Amino acid sequence: MTAAGFPTAAREALGDAQLRRNLGKATQTIRVKRLNTIAELDDWEALREAGAAMKANAMARLPELLERLEERVTAAGGTVHWARDGDEANAIVAGIARGHGAEEVIKVKSLASDEIGLNEALAAAGIEAIETDLAELIVQLGDDEQSHILVPAIHRNRAEIAALFERTIASGQSLGLEPAAIAEAARKHLRAKFLSVPVAVSGANFAVAETGTVGVVESEGNGRMCVTLPRVLVTLMGIEKVLAEWRDLEVMLQLLPRSSTAERMNPYTSLWTGVRDGDGPQEFHLVLLDAGRTDVLADAVGRQALHCIRCSACLNVCPVYSRTGGHAYASVYPGPIGAILTPQLQGLDRAPTLPWASSLCGACFEACPVKIDIPTVLVHLRTRVVREVKRDWSAEKLAMDALGRTFASRSRYERAQRLARLGNGPLGRLPGPLSGWTSTREIPHAPAQTFRAWWAARAGGAQDGAAGGAAGGGDGRHSAPGAAGG
Amino acid sequence: MSAKADVLARIRTALGPEPAVPEVARSYHAAGSGAAAGDPGVVARFCERAAEYRAAVRRVDGGGLEAAVAAACAERGAVRLAVPTGAPRELPGLELTVDEPPLSPQALDGLDGVLTGCALAIAETGTVVLDGGERSGRRALTLVPDFHVCVVQEHQIHASVPDAVAALAPAVAEARPLTFVSGPSATSDIELERVEGVHGPRELVILVIAG
Repeated sequence: MTAAGFPTAAREALGDAQLRRNLGKATQTIRVKRLNTIAELDDWEALREAGAAMKANAMARLPELLERLEERVTAAGGTVHWARDGDEANAIVAGIARGHGAEEVIKVKSLASDEIGLNEALAAAGIEAIETDLAELIVQLGDDEQSHILVPAIHRNRAEIAALFERTIASGQSLGLEPAAIAEAARKHLRAKFLSVPVAVSGANFAVAETGTVGVVESEGNGRMCVTLPRVLVTLMGIEKVLAEWRDLEVMLQLLPRSSTAERMNPYTSLWTGVRDGDGPQEFHLVLLDAGRTDVLADAVGRQALHCIRCSACLNVCPVYSRTGGHAYASVYPGPIGAILTPQLQGLDRAPTLPWASSLCGACFEACPVKIDIPTVLVHLRTRVVREVKRDWSAEKLAMDALGRTFASRSRYERAQRLARLGNGPLGRLPGPLSGWTSTREIPHAPAQTFRAWWAARAGGAQDGAAGGAAGGGDGRHSAPGAAGG
Repeated sequence: MSAKADVLARIRTALGPEPAVPEVARSYHAAGSGAAAGDPGVVARFCERAAEYRAAVRRVDGGGLEAAVAAACAERGAVRLAVPTGAPRELPGLELTVDEPPLSPQALDGLDGVLTGCALAIAETGTVVLDGGERSGRRALTLVPDFHVCVVQEHQIHASVPDAVAALAPAVAEARPLTFVSGPSATSDIELERVEGVHGPRELVILVIAG
């Protein structure tokens, strides 16, 4: 996260008209398609409930399930490694590649590897990581940054991609604007690598503790290439991806494709269990990664962020993401899920503005296939940032403290209401550090008479005094929106 | 302390002494709640949905399989096909190479295509599932060639994803690798629109045979 954080980066992104056009078109397309695809299933809500429950169940049984997974993978001929943090995981992967004399490894898109800087760590060890996902290739060739979980190059349109390929992997050719011709250029470029590179690195969408089965869900076939053709496969997986039972896949394989690419099923799903004699890699390593996940687990409200299955539906429906794009979040995980996951994984002090990168409209919660209550976690993290990170004199903390004192006393509260009425004319904008709030919002007008004043006038002073103890608190809450401007 | 012991200890600390373990309510349409495998409606739905993902789907009666394979290959101009060990060794007009001993990726890349069966299919999603057995073949076999002809018998077509996952449990217990294939290779990476053809086979022909 840059020092300036999301607000500044978002303002810059909003100034890029081409970016907004590309994003608007892509997210609009996928939003409509997703709604059509999920409408086909009359048990969609029951599937979401089951998906949410099986993730919560797996988190609560995490030690048992991870040990079971290790036992099953080992029994099937694989090797399981544990990594406390990114450096440890990077060293394990580099060590395996070096042990096989590999100067190159082929990679299928793995957000966990981006999170821990695996490509850079491999480069430092003299090993080149070749990204094989089309969008990752576009990002790598353009020396660009990812901007979407599923479609990292969503900020580029077909004309920009064709021009990039014509400058790089298809130099001297004219590709035109047909996506199939653009994809063909990538196919030719990578095929020789798939057929010859001895070590592959993948992520994992799921791992089933009961059977030791690991799965990669994809579209292009680059994932199948990586988990099938090389002699050695290393899979890097966050510890939160484990599922208890084989039949849990009957839910996840419905929720994930329909929520991510809005398809009934993605073109290819590979599921493998250890090593299969004569079929696929003859050496399989599974690296189980913590890297902050146990910190997330320790927060009883925030831990549901670990249920995420990386579908990216929350990005596509988010009014903030669909205008700013992913770069403004300066995070491997952008959009609403990134706004709750990244600050928890990296530490609140590393990404303190992300919990505010939302209007709290709730569209993400509605779209989430495993029902992560993102708005609640956002509000919870805002509280934690104010409490744990912001210095004592921050405008927000001062304002909240003042508000707390005001609400705590009836006389202070009534005085504040009178002050608010005075402010109706001159105070269109809040002064000083509070001006950020009113630069994009108007302060609502305070009513000429508050409910409390009306009640006192209507019922007379004596009755007010008698009823005061019981009605005071309720009155205060009801008239607060008009009086306090929120 | 080992990394494993450390990570497990951190998890236990994070969860607290007795974490509540929620029950998983499975009130969705479970395996066996819909039509049976091979039901005419299920078969029709599979054909429709596989075709929507741009697989070329043809329905064939038992006796017409050889002719249907020949016709699909002729349209593509494919003559030299790889086959798994459980497939026919000879078909008129085609040069079949059995994957025994296993063909190298380079050898597979030099062939025109591959002809296989499958473990089962899923109507709801238009998916065929390969299980590394003698009908499906090794994973590389159906991945490297650009043209895949897949034979599906009607009774192999299950109605839903839960039906298929239940039917695949024995294969997983044997640690067989599974590949779910829904249409030809595709990408949504350019403007989030599905485009056929990147690294896997760009042409998928599904022959559905009666019985």
